[in-house]
Amino acid sequence: MLIWVVTEQVTTHFKKFTKTNFNMKKWLTVVSIIIFIQLLFFVFHNNVLLPSPLEVIVALIVQLRQGTILIDVAMSLERVAIGFLLAALIAIPLGILSGYNRRLNNIVKPFVELLRPIPPIAWIPIAILLFGIGDGASYFIVFLGAFFPIFTNAYFGAISMPVIYRNVAQSFEIKKSDFIAKILFYFSLPYIFTGLKIGIGMAWMSLIAAELIGAQSGLGYFIQLNRLLLRIDNVVVGMIFIGVIGLILTKSLTILERKIMPWITNQNA
Amino acid sequence: MLKLNNINFGYEQKKYLHSLILKDFNLNITEGELLSLVGPSGCGKTTLVNIISGYLKPISGNVVVNGKIVEFPGKDRIVINQEDDLFNWMTVMGNMKIISEDNLLIEKYLDLTNLSNYVNYYPSQLSGGMKKRLSLARALLADAKFIIMDEPFASLDHKTKDKLQEEVLKIIKESGKTVLLVTHNVDEAIFMSDKILFISGKPIEVMRELQIPFSYPRNINIKESKEFNVLKNDIKNEIRNY
Repeated sequence: MLIWVVTEQVTTHFKKFTKTNFNMKKWLTVVSIIIFIQLLFFVFHNNVLLPSPLEVIVALIVQLRQGTILIDVAMSLERVAIGFLLAALIAIPLGILSGYNRRLNNIVKPFVELLRPIPPIAWIPIAILLFGIGDGASYFIVFLGAFFPIFTNAYFGAISMPVIYRNVAQSFEIKKSDFIAKILFYFSLPYIFTGLKIGIGMAWMSLIAAELIGAQSGLGYFIQLNRLLLRIDNVVVGMIFIGVIGLILTKSLTILERKIMPWITNQNA
Repeated sequence: MLKLNNINFGYEQKKYLHSLILKDFNLNITEGELLSLVGPSGCGKTTLVNIISGYLKPISGNVVVNGKIVEFPGKDRIVINQEDDLFNWMTVMGNMKIISEDNLLIEKYLDLTNLSNYVNYYPSQLSGGMKKRLSLARALLADAKFIIMDEPFASLDHKTKDKLQEEVLKIIKESGKTVLLVTHNVDEAIFMSDKILFISGKPIEVMRELQIPFSYPRNINIKESKEFNVLKNDIKNEIRNY
């Protein structure tokens, strides 16, 4: 209640003072909760099990100064980028073509339905056997995490297209290749972006899980190492990085979505 | 010339044929004519449109365009639908370019439909009337021999409808296209057509054929004339008896 009242007051005064529409309420809520937790730590003096927010901030500054965590971030980002791009490059055309062509769908769909429920983490032993401990296994796990949501959404986009568009294309004798590339693909694009946004989240989560078990670098490895060293403050720092990067990745896709689909933005406007 | 010869059609339900919507149905549309089919909602008008345009195959009978039997959809018969059939992710220019790359023709038809100033607009940014004009521009660009208009004005408000009917009629008559207008609106059919066929369903049967006495060009104000209203009331009274 107190947090809510303080947040409301600060937001109102901030808007009046700066005369901007920046929505700082949600960020103020996060900051207020962190301050509240810190106050609890001051009152109860128990930091044996968990580090206080202040200790985490100190650990974060130390890590940023040393710069080693940034190398792990870069390694994780590289793995997620390669695995995710591979998944998108295969899942988007395959999903659209499966939605367009019944014969292809009859071949692809059973495999997808069979493999989709298996969590990417369950693939880790297979991935290590196939690719060894290293980047290959990570790419594979990220690929699996991202592939199914992207494929499923692209497929649903393609099968959701109203029959009227197919009729119009037939009447105007639009070539099949043009129909797929200029009509079916663009119609499915909002669905594809939904898949990409879910896929990037899944890819990121799968990667961290893979790095916790079978990697020698990356954010997952950073967390695992610090857990063994009982540096829980650094574990939380790693978790903060995972959350923030996940948020940035999803937001970047939302920005890209608006740029690529101006007709949706105009429609909403 | 477009001809329907002894068309029979009915939808299948669980592999059994439901009652026939079209039974030995015949129709002739001569070149340059604007013929309206007027019938109550649900009598099978859209089914007929789908058969003419090639989206549905009749059980028996055939559709003949300029002496040639047609079985598939094609540029010679373009439908302007009641619902939006524009590609929403393409601009006005994009919607034209996917039909033809001929810039001169595109310019000509966008000009004719008063859309030249909106080439970079998306369909969602256009009014209902503008969307219909773009559909018409597309049909003209495809050089369709026959334009089939399936309740094209149904979703528009009264004022836009009147204005658009006048504009579309002018464009159609200037381009010399043959048009089949399918509607349940008597007012609209009288204003636009050379000839009206009143149909009842099911199966579809032509109840009356009526030649419209008004000459072209037609102004929307004729809807206020005594002659127009007498004709309209006569027809409405007659339809009630079908």
